[in-house]
Amino acid sequence: MGKTLQWEVSVNSKWCKKCGLCVEFCPRDVLEMNDIPTVKDAARCIGCLMCEMHCPDFAITVKRRENNG
Amino acid sequence: MALPIDKYLRVAKMPHIWCPGCGHGIVTQAIVRAIHELELDTEKTVVVSGIGCSARAPGYLHFDTLHTTHGRAIAFATGIKMAKPELNVIVITGDGDAAAIGGNHLIHAARRNLDLTVICFNNNIYGMTSGQYSPLTPQGSYATTSPYGMLEKPFDLCNLVIGAGGTFAARSTTYHARQLTNLIKEAIAYKGFAFVDALSQCPTYFGRRNKLRTPLEMMNWFKDRSVPVSSWEKLSPEEREGKFAIGVLTKAQATELTEVYKQLIEQLQQRGGE
Ligand SMILES: Cc1ncc(C[n+]2csc(CCOP(=O)(O)OP(=O)(O)O)c2C)c(N)n1
Ligand code: SF4
Ligand code: SF4
Ligand code: SF4
Ligand SMILES: [Mg+2]
Repeated sequence: MGKTLQWEVSVNSKWCKKCGLCVEFCPRDVLEMNDIPTVKDAARCIGCLMCEMHCPDFAITVKRRENNG
Repeated sequence: MALPIDKYLRVAKMPHIWCPGCGHGIVTQAIVRAIHELELDTEKTVVVSGIGCSARAPGYLHFDTLHTTHGRAIAFATGIKMAKPELNVIVITGDGDAAAIGGNHLIHAARRNLDLTVICFNNNIYGMTSGQYSPLTPQGSYATTSPYGMLEKPFDLCNLVIGAGGTFAARSTTYHARQLTNLIKEAIAYKGFAFVDALSQCPTYFGRRNKLRTPLEMMNWFKDRSVPVSSWEKLSPEEREGKFAIGVLTKAQATELTEVYKQLIEQLQQRGGE
């Protein structure tokens, strides 16, 4: 039985200004900077919101996934 | 807790005009999150600003908002609060707006103890007009108008507010976004004049001139110089050099202006028939 993912991290590419702060502030190395930040390892996310709270552009959001059993 | 962005932002106006990595977006988010976590009634919350990059924030906020004239946000907010004391009135100001042209409004609002929340987006520079020094530019730092380094000593804005009789003053930075949000919550909930000095980075005009090449470097510069209030009290004047305290610097109970004003009106109305 695999662990179900708890957190969903999404980036709004229309608002993101590619400053990279979300990647830098993530304590779990979940994100990587490509053209815009992308999730490289969703399973490591602990939902701490460090990325979201340090984004100057309201462009990255972390939501708890609906529990699908 | 994820933010319901549509509820608080004028999404049609986004993306905002601030430069990539500008700290003003982080402080704006901290205010929105504070409002959300306090469950403030958005219909009873007014946001007022002056002029500056910082002062653009209310344009993106889905509340009743006023974008006024340079340095005068507190004066407009005073009118709103005196006329409608039931409203939550939040002032967004810059370091130039609050401490240079608007310095008198700031000290008198503190002295009066009017129930406003004033949040200073302090990037220690005039961002909007391309980087002149402000009364918050650290000694030795470069600005377009201090090409050999700033000669003057800056204000400590919290101390200025406290010296003027202010009873709530707090400070944090964009590096400490969670603490900043908590302090803004405490400031909004406080009955009386509440001032928050929010250190914010201007990578475009401050960072570039001061060898802080990225927004992250600027935020680390805040982290390295900040000391929690509890430890600050134990430092000698020499140890405090170049550093600043973060946290709640003062919080006291005091008579608030709209309360005594209301009492006076009631008294005079009772006497009206005599
Ligand atoms: C009466 C008046 N004087 C000067 C100006 C020019 N001016 C616009 S914004 C500004 C300074 C803004 O600095 P600050 O308040 O620190 O805001 P920031 O842009 O750094 O966020 C000045 C001097 C003006 N708009 N009105
Ligand atoms: S919520 Fe925390 S752990 Fe998850 S991506 Fe954001 S910063 Fe990283
Ligand atoms: S912090 Fe925000 S604006 Fe900056 S790269 Fe990440 S999502 Fe984009
Ligand atoms: S000039 Fe400075 S304060 Fe203004 S938006 Fe750009 S980075 Fe922010
Ligand atoms: Mg400024």
